[in-house]
Amino acid sequence: MDHKKDKHKFSNHNPTIATILSILFAGLGQLYNRRFLKGTIFIILELAFLTTLLDSINYGLWGLRTLGTIPGTDHSIRLLVFGVLALIASILLLALYVFNVLDARNQAIKLKDGWKAKGFKDTIIDFYDSAFPYLMTVPGLLLMIFVVIFPLMFSILLAFTNYTLYNSPPRNLVDWVGFQNFIELVSVPIWQDTFISVLAWTIVWTVVATTLQIAVGLFLALIVNDPRIKFKKLIRTIFILPWAVPAFVTILIFSAMFNDDFGAINRDIIIPLLGGDGIPWLSEPFYARTAVILIQTWLGFPFIFALFTGVLQSISKDWYEAADVDGGSRLQKFRFITFPHIMFATAPLLIMQYAQNFNNFNIIYLFNEGGPPVRGQNAGGTDILISWVYKLTFETNNYAMAAVISLIMGLIISGFAFYQFRQTKSFKEEGEL
Amino acid sequence: MNQKQKSKVEVALIYLIIIITSIIIFYPLIWTVGMSFNQGTSLYSSSLIPENFSLEHYKWLFSEQSDYLIWYKNSLIVSISVAFGSVILTSLVAYAFSRYQFVGKKNALYIFLLLQMFPVMMAMVALYIFLNMIGMLDTLTGLILVYLGGQIPFNAWLVKGYFDTIPRELDEAAKIDGAGHLRVFWSIMLPLAKPILAVVALFNFMMPLFDFLLPSIILSSQDNYTLAVGLFNFINDQFANNFTRFAAGSILIAVPVATVYLFLQRFLISGLTAGGTKG
Repeated sequence: MDHKKDKHKFSNHNPTIATILSILFAGLGQLYNRRFLKGTIFIILELAFLTTLLDSINYGLWGLRTLGTIPGTDHSIRLLVFGVLALIASILLLALYVFNVLDARNQAIKLKDGWKAKGFKDTIIDFYDSAFPYLMTVPGLLLMIFVVIFPLMFSILLAFTNYTLYNSPPRNLVDWVGFQNFIELVSVPIWQDTFISVLAWTIVWTVVATTLQIAVGLFLALIVNDPRIKFKKLIRTIFILPWAVPAFVTILIFSAMFNDDFGAINRDIIIPLLGGDGIPWLSEPFYARTAVILIQTWLGFPFIFALFTGVLQSISKDWYEAADVDGGSRLQKFRFITFPHIMFATAPLLIMQYAQNFNNFNIIYLFNEGGPPVRGQNAGGTDILISWVYKLTFETNNYAMAAVISLIMGLIISGFAFYQFRQTKSFKEEGEL
Repeated sequence: MNQKQKSKVEVALIYLIIIITSIIIFYPLIWTVGMSFNQGTSLYSSSLIPENFSLEHYKWLFSEQSDYLIWYKNSLIVSISVAFGSVILTSLVAYAFSRYQFVGKKNALYIFLLLQMFPVMMAMVALYIFLNMIGMLDTLTGLILVYLGGQIPFNAWLVKGYFDTIPRELDEAAKIDGAGHLRVFWSIMLPLAKPILAVVALFNFMMPLFDFLLPSIILSSQDNYTLAVGLFNFINDQFANNFTRFAAGSILIAVPVATVYLFLQRFLISGLTAGGTKG
């Protein structure tokens, strides 16, 4: 066998040379492998890159490092944008370069082992086959890079600058300040107080509002599913209504209904029933918080209800009949049959509900714009982290601090994502229902 | 109390709960309808059953003074483009992820999972500055592109999950018969995945229609407003003064949307559980 191998044309072909050549200049390794077309394409690509893109990437990375040096001329934030884009471009180009080296090396090894290159047409077909998945994902990926990945990187970087209303380009230069913003957030009293109370309320809001909407949805799904109940279809349609009406409309309607002075809740329900002057729904933090939780329950339970109803109908009757034979009580049937079934089928979606409420900007902002104001804080009584970020960004233009809080939110959300990931993984291992 | 009586009491209790829930659901909705038929714009003098029934707010919305129809048109443009675009983009991505092996596939899936949790809010400043730099601020195109890019992580998972349930034997058989990659995609995957694609289209039609945050940041001129921003401005300026008008405008969008939703909710739920749980 060795004898045979020695005889073919590329027996002296050296993969190391191909690797080194392609590291030196993209495409040389391919030329060494006698893949002339591919090699030429790589060479042209690298030449094009060197003559056009290199300058702008260099400029971008310089901007990223310094954020400009001449106040009034260098626009730090634009430089930051270019810098992030240059960073993304360099990562992509680096990946392409690594691909070029690996390609040259693998092909050289194959040639050495006596593999014969296919003809031109077959090469093209091969190329199309291996490139196809990339071609499919490119449009989506490009859009995602610009709309999701680039902005996220940008806000992460912004957290380490001193970009505020008073220190903004083009008049001033923005500088890197390291962790100073983070230190300020936990040491300067007004930031510290606001941060702790907003964070605490965000957690309470997420847990209470989401759990409440799941509990109400579950309870209603169970009782409507009772075989003794008639008009199921009509009842289900009614219960899904709040989900069907656009949320921004209902939130604004509730906001008017909860109005302290002329809202229907005070005027038609609280005052006639309980007397007094009504409850200050919008001006007292405690009542405002109660109101948003109630509204979110109203808005959120129909989805859970519909979800659980679907699952309940898919549970086989045999389970319950078997339980009846064994004399299982209703509570036992719920605990050991219904509940595990429901949770197994919907757990990831329920976790998503928690994540969604954590980020539920609409209800907080549209209900009362995060208000009422609280003394000694720069966030309102119902402000959760995300609506606070909105205020910092678009009302007080404290971009750097907004980015710091976004970053902290991102870390919390990654926790959610990690949990979700473990869930889906365990699902795969346990098989499908 | 014997078994039969106990059962009757239970059923009665359940009906009572159902009736109370229905009242809580209907109260704000009926209240809004009532408001929209009230004369004048003040909430003080308005009542659930209007004393002076009038259609003046509806007439005003369609009159020359109001931009309501323009906003309606803008919203439809955005929603329809996003619905179509998202189906095309995500089905391409999901097809690659479901049927092919390529470098970085696994990591990309984890990144998608992570990214779908992040709120758009975090990207706001960067998007604002970037759109401003490329001259797409205050345009519907800019808004559409942001929606299209943002929906990919979530919907790609959803559609990939569904594609995974389509037997591979089908496309392998087609490939043996000489069908190319695109042909398999177009004549086998797409037709079989219609239910989930309908769900994606519907989600992405509704999402821009309801969204307030993104358009309120990207769009600044009245002519470019979508419905959510426009209606919010009715009541934002002088709250009590324009609420009845807001109510009328809201009903004209909520009624068609709610009708479609009620018809299609079964699809939505089954699509979510089919694609979502299999991950």
